[in-house]
Amino acid sequence: MTGTPGTPGTPGTPALAGAGADGERHLPIAAIRPPRPGRWIAAAVAAFGMVWLLYTVVVNENLHWDVIAAYLMDGRVLGGLWVTIQLTVLSMAIGLALGILAAVMQLSGSPVLRGASALYTWFFRGTPLLVQLIFWFNIGLVFPSFGLGVPFDGPKLVEWQANELITPFTAALLGLAINEGAYMAEIVRAGIRSVDPGQREAAEALGMSHRQVLRRVVLPQAMRVIIPPTGNQFISMLKTTSMVSVIAGAELLTVSQRIYLGNFEVIAMLIVASIWYIVLTTVASVGQHFVERRFERGHHALPARVRRNLRPFGKGSA
Amino acid sequence: MTGPMVKIRSVRKCFGSVEVLRGISLDVPTGGVVCVVGPSGSGKSTLLRCVNRLETIDSGRIWVDGDLIGYAERGDRLHHLRPAQLCAQRQGIGMVFQRFHLFPHRTALENVMEGLVVVKGVSKGVARGRGTELLERVGLADRAGHYPAQLSGGQQQRVAIARSLAMDPKLMLFDEPTSALDPELVQEVLAVMRDLAASGMTMMVVTHEMGFAREVGDDLVFIDGGVIVERGNPREVLAAPRHERLRAFLGQVL
Ligand SMILES: Nc1ncnc2c1ncn2[C@@H]1O[C@H](COP(=O)(O)OP(=O)(O)OP(=O)(O)O)[C@@H](O)[C@H]1O
Ligand SMILES: [Mg+2]
Repeated sequence: MTGTPGTPGTPGTPALAGAGADGERHLPIAAIRPPRPGRWIAAAVAAFGMVWLLYTVVVNENLHWDVIAAYLMDGRVLGGLWVTIQLTVLSMAIGLALGILAAVMQLSGSPVLRGASALYTWFFRGTPLLVQLIFWFNIGLVFPSFGLGVPFDGPKLVEWQANELITPFTAALLGLAINEGAYMAEIVRAGIRSVDPGQREAAEALGMSHRQVLRRVVLPQAMRVIIPPTGNQFISMLKTTSMVSVIAGAELLTVSQRIYLGNFEVIAMLIVASIWYIVLTTVASVGQHFVERRFERGHHALPARVRRNLRPFGKGSA
Repeated sequence: MTGPMVKIRSVRKCFGSVEVLRGISLDVPTGGVVCVVGPSGSGKSTLLRCVNRLETIDSGRIWVDGDLIGYAERGDRLHHLRPAQLCAQRQGIGMVFQRFHLFPHRTALENVMEGLVVVKGVSKGVARGRGTELLERVGLADRAGHYPAQLSGGQQQRVAIARSLAMDPKLMLFDEPTSALDPELVQEVLAVMRDLAASGMTMMVVTHEMGFAREVGDDLVFIDGGVIVERGNPREVLAAPRHERLRAFLGQVL
C-alpha cells in the first residue's frame, strides 16, 4: 500500500503521507449506509396501520366522544380516581413494610422466623388476588368479631364487629397490601442479597448492632436494587386496584361501571376510566425516574451510556 | 499490669471438615506491630477475623486488652456475650480490609463520621470536626465530599483507615491492606500505616510487603497450613529464615 507513491487515481495516499507533521489529521466518517428495503416496508406498514386505527377510532360514532369528554371530569369519576390513588399508595406503603419485615425474617438465623415468612409468601403468592379480595370482604363469615384481650378465648378488652370494621375500602386495602407484601418480600430479599457481604462486615467491625447495620448500611444500598421493580409494582398496582370492583370498592372502575349501568354508555365510560389509568401510570413512571436517580447517590462512576439506558424513556436528552 | 494487647492461645477453627487454624498462640505487645505472612489459604485472614469475632473459634481463647473475646467467664463456665457486648468489644478494634469496603452511598467524610454518629452517638457537628481531622491526618482533607467511586484505590484505603481510627481503637487489624492496589498506590497507604505505628498504635498486619515488615514490624509471624511455622524479629527472620517453607515462600514474594 505505502509502496506506490506515484500511482494515479489514489489521491489519498500522498495526502496521508503528508499529514504526519503536526500530529493527528481529522478523518471524518460520512459513510453511506446500504439500503434496507425490508425495514422501510415494515415502517410503512406500521405507520399506515396506526393512522388507520386512529382514524377508525376518531370517526367512530359508537364511541361517543362527547360523552367521554363530559364524564372525564365528572365528580363521581374524580372521586373514584381519588380512591384509586389512596388504595395504591396505602397498599404499596403497607406492602413495602410487610415485604421488608418478611425479607428480614427470611434472612434471619431463626428457622421459626424463616418458616413463618416462607409460609406467608407461599400462601399469598399461591392464591389469586381476586379470591383474597372476596375473602377479606367476607371475613365476617369466619370471624364475626375481632378483639384485643387474652388469647385463646380469654376475656376481651375491646371488641369490634367485623361488619362495622370491614368496609369495601378496608377489605380492599387488606387484600391488596397483604398480597403486595408477599411480592415485595421477594424483591426486598433480592435487594438485600445484592449488597456485598463485605459491607456488613465493615459495619460490624465498627461495632454496629444488627439493626444499625441493616438500617444504615444494607437497606440504603439494597434500595438501588429494590426501587426499580418496586416502581413497576406501583404502576402495576394502579391498575390492579380495578380488581376491587368485585367488592364494589368505589374506585375508578367501580364508579365507571355504576355510571354506565345508569346511562348505558359502556364503552365511553371504560374509555374514561382508561384515560385516567394512563394518566396515572404516566405520572408514576416519571416519578419513578426521579426516585431512582435519588438512590443512585455514590454511583455516579457508572459510564454515562449505562446510566442513559437506565432511564424510563430510552435515550433522554437531559 | 500492662500485659500484651492481644493474647491468642491455642486457637482452632474449622470450616466444615477443613481445619483452617490448627492451634495458634500469639501475643501482640501493647504498642507493638506484628506482621503476619504466609501463602494464600494458610489462614491469615481467618486468624485476624477471629480477633474481632467476625468468625467464631472452635477452641482456644483470645483476649484483647484483657477482655476475653466473644465470651464471659463466670465460675468455670463460658457464657456467650450478648450482641450489645460484642458490639462494645468490636468498637475497640479497628479493621481494614483488602477491598476497603467503604460505604458507597456515603462521601469520604460521611464514611469517617458514620461510626461516631451511629455507634458512639456523637453529634453530627462534633463528628464532622473529628472526621475532617482524620481525613487531614491521612492526607485527604480535599477529598471529603467525594464518594468512594470517585476515589483511587489508595485514597479509598486511606479513608477506610480514617474510618477505623474514628472509633479510637486500641488495636488495628489490617488484612492485606495494599494487595488490591496498583503498585504506585501502595506506598501512600504504607506511609499512613507507618505514621500510625510511630504514634504507638498496636497493629496486627497481614501483608506481603516485606519491606514494611522489616522496617516497621516488631515481630514477624509466618503461618502455613494453619500453624505458626516461624516467628521472630523481622530483620533477623527475613535475613536468615530457618525453615525451608519460609525460604520457599520468600523466594516467591520477593
Ligand atoms: N467462610 C468460609 N467458609 C469456608 N471456607 C473458608 C471460609 N473462609 C475461608 N475459608 C477457607 O479457609 C482457608 C483459609 O482462608 P483465609 O482467607 O484465612 O486464607 P488467607 O491466608 O487469608 O489467604 P489469602 O492470602 O488468599 O487471603 C482457605 O482454604 C479458605 O478457602
Ligand atoms: Mg486473606
